Amino acid sequence: MTPIHSYAPIPNGGSAPLAIVPRLQPDRFAEAIMATPGARLVSFFGLPEESRGLRLMAVLARPGDAELLVTSARVEDAYHALTPALTQAHLFEREIWEQWGVRPEGHPWLKPVRFLGATSRDPGVMDYFEVEGEEVHEVAVGPVHAGVIEPGHFRFQCHGERVLHLEISLGYQHRGIECALERGPRKRTPHIVDAIAGDTSVGHALAYSQIVEALGEVEVPARGHALRAIALELERMANHAGDLGALAGDIGYLPASSYCARIRGDFLNLTLDACGSRMGVGWVRPGGVVPDLAPAHASAMADQVTRGTEELRRSFDLIRGNATVRARLEETGILAREVAEELGMVGPAARASGVDRDVRRDHPVGHYREVEIPVATRETGDVFARAGVRSLEVAHSADFLARALRALPSGAVRRNDSESVPPLAPDRIAVSLVEGWRGEICHTAITDEGGRFRRYKIVDPSFHNWMGLAMAMRDQPISDFPLCNKSFNLSYSGHDL
Amino acid sequence: MLKAFLERLRQGHRTIPFPGGAALPESFRGRPVLDASRCVDGCRACADCCPTDAIRIEPSLAIDLGRCLFCAECVAACPTGAIRFGPDYRMATRRREDLVVEEGRYRLAEALDREARRLFGRSLRLRQVSAGGSAGCELEAAALGNVVFDLSRFGVQFVASPRHADGLLITGPVTRNMKLALEKTYDAVPAPKIVIAVGAAAISGGPFAGHAEVLDGAASVVPVDLFVPGHPPHPLTILDGLLRLLGRLREPASTR
Repeated sequence: MTPIHSYAPIPNGGSAPLAIVPRLQPDRFAEAIMATPGARLVSFFGLPEESRGLRLMAVLARPGDAELLVTSARVEDAYHALTPALTQAHLFEREIWEQWGVRPEGHPWLKPVRFLGATSRDPGVMDYFEVEGEEVHEVAVGPVHAGVIEPGHFRFQCHGERVLHLEISLGYQHRGIECALERGPRKRTPHIVDAIAGDTSVGHALAYSQIVEALGEVEVPARGHALRAIALELERMANHAGDLGALAGDIGYLPASSYCARIRGDFLNLTLDACGSRMGVGWVRPGGVVPDLAPAHASAMADQVTRGTEELRRSFDLIRGNATVRARLEETGILAREVAEELGMVGPAARASGVDRDVRRDHPVGHYREVEIPVATRETGDVFARAGVRSLEVAHSADFLARALRALPSGAVRRNDSESVPPLAPDRIAVSLVEGWRGEICHTAITDEGGRFRRYKIVDPSFHNWMGLAMAMRDQPISDFPLCNKSFNLSYSGHDL
Repeated sequence: MLKAFLERLRQGHRTIPFPGGAALPESFRGRPVLDASRCVDGCRACADCCPTDAIRIEPSLAIDLGRCLFCAECVAACPTGAIRFGPDYRMATRRREDLVVEEGRYRLAEALDREARRLFGRSLRLRQVSAGGSAGCELEAAALGNVVFDLSRFGVQFVASPRHADGLLITGPVTRNMKLALEKTYDAVPAPKIVIAVGAAAISGGPFAGHAEVLDGAASVVPVDLFVPGHPPHPLTILDGLLRLLGRLREPASTR
């Protein structure tokens, strides 16, 4: 057992004085993280010290514990990398190196993450892993892709059609989000948060709101909590419906592709009805939600959710019931459970490989403390499993929505404005997790002596998961890349920040 | 197979007529409607709360839709109801300065000249470039391809290569990391070509305006022929802009 004084426990959506977070020697810090059974890195980042040096901050989750564990270490120019013993630290340590110039010694893969600052040249220009040999060739794709999607660069090392290795190089969407949040909150802050990932506006806005509420001691009314859960589940349903359609589209199965895309739009339109934006922009705000949902509106919405879900189920039945369609999805892009665990993966991509992990159950806050939404898992880890998890999650979310929309608590949906963003407590750390539709979103904020954000760290689920896509592509025909990519559907903007 | 046919029957026909087939809910925030006569002397409540400084008070109340995030915080802040967001989804313009809404007329996009209409009017191929941003705008652009909006019935399609395209549809504020890729993509489109900037980020930088990592919009890198405001714009706002540019809508370009 690790002695508990290696960590400060902080509940999800809670805060603590920064002073109680232990400041360990770097070796002791690494030891504490490794020695915690089943510990997973939720967030890992640098906090510049007031004098020289950098404080490494780690937020961990462990199975069966709703509280998060926070620890730290003070380092100078370099420290022993955690990655060789703890693979899931690999991208975090590259990020720390890129952002602060502190070198994780012994990192096997120290390359730019977002191509900023002194560590890099032009975007996409770095030493790629290369395979040599007869009939081995390289395929480079992007940053501008063939579809209407975000930019990223992909390098495949192939032997004939077979992919030996895929290296993914991102950063093209980097627009300085974390820096812009420092010294906030300001009037633009919630709008920047809405735009961390356009398809996850609700998820990130909720994570941010929980931070402000933890640091400002804001109580959200019960009706506000319920509507937040409704907003988050609607966002999940719309995106999952869209993904199921996109998978069908990628293999040329047009009926399911057309139906799912239309149903996704119907779910987005329910969000538009409720808040004035198809993407839920501005729906969730510190203190609650904006605006309220009229009772007649809520029950009509419940009916539409049920109808849309039934239509989606039948569309997925077409996919499931068609042998040629299934043959394209089954045993394609397999991600083994051990790999998903080792990489610290989250969300449907992890659950499809049998990793039983969901913030809504494991670290519940707000309305999720009162309801239970079953966690959907699959064992096979292939494209079909990732589709199956999504289909199941839509059904679970729809069940929840049908009940929640008919039993909304009464009362206000938000504290009034001045109470919603009060002065934040100084010199504290707050941690906020949300199960977005792609998986675990983590925001961590540290305030300065004036109650302003000294550091605001965002971890989009995609940050944990991109490497999983690369691993799933090993030994696959390169022509299956679009299908595999779609089955993960990760965010470039959420990763690049 | 029979199951697929039955499902096809059940799903029915979902394509909406355009223009005229769209029913947007009351909650939709379309083009702002201003009533400056309600403004109280010295009041700056709307301008002060606007997250992107899109509101001008002097000499008269105006909102720059190129910056506007359609968050409606100004509506909540205004003590006299001088600002509201109306139901009109038509907002695209040809010139940057036309995006400024004042009381009275708003100049919607005019069609391309005759020669460009001859080339593109019945068949337009676009290459989409995400140049930073949150991906919200490209999702709405992609949604135009679904059966509801069915963009291809108007002869407009997104294509895989800039060399097959007649123009670019750009989203995002143009990050420094995407500048070169955007320039190369633009250069790869054969002339004559058009450029469409979609969303507040692509027009002004939007919520990222002023960040050192971005260039505050597509026009900083390439000439823009059509500005489609929104955060993100509704697919109908994009569709309306495209068809106006191609001279496919008969309505007048100036509306009240």
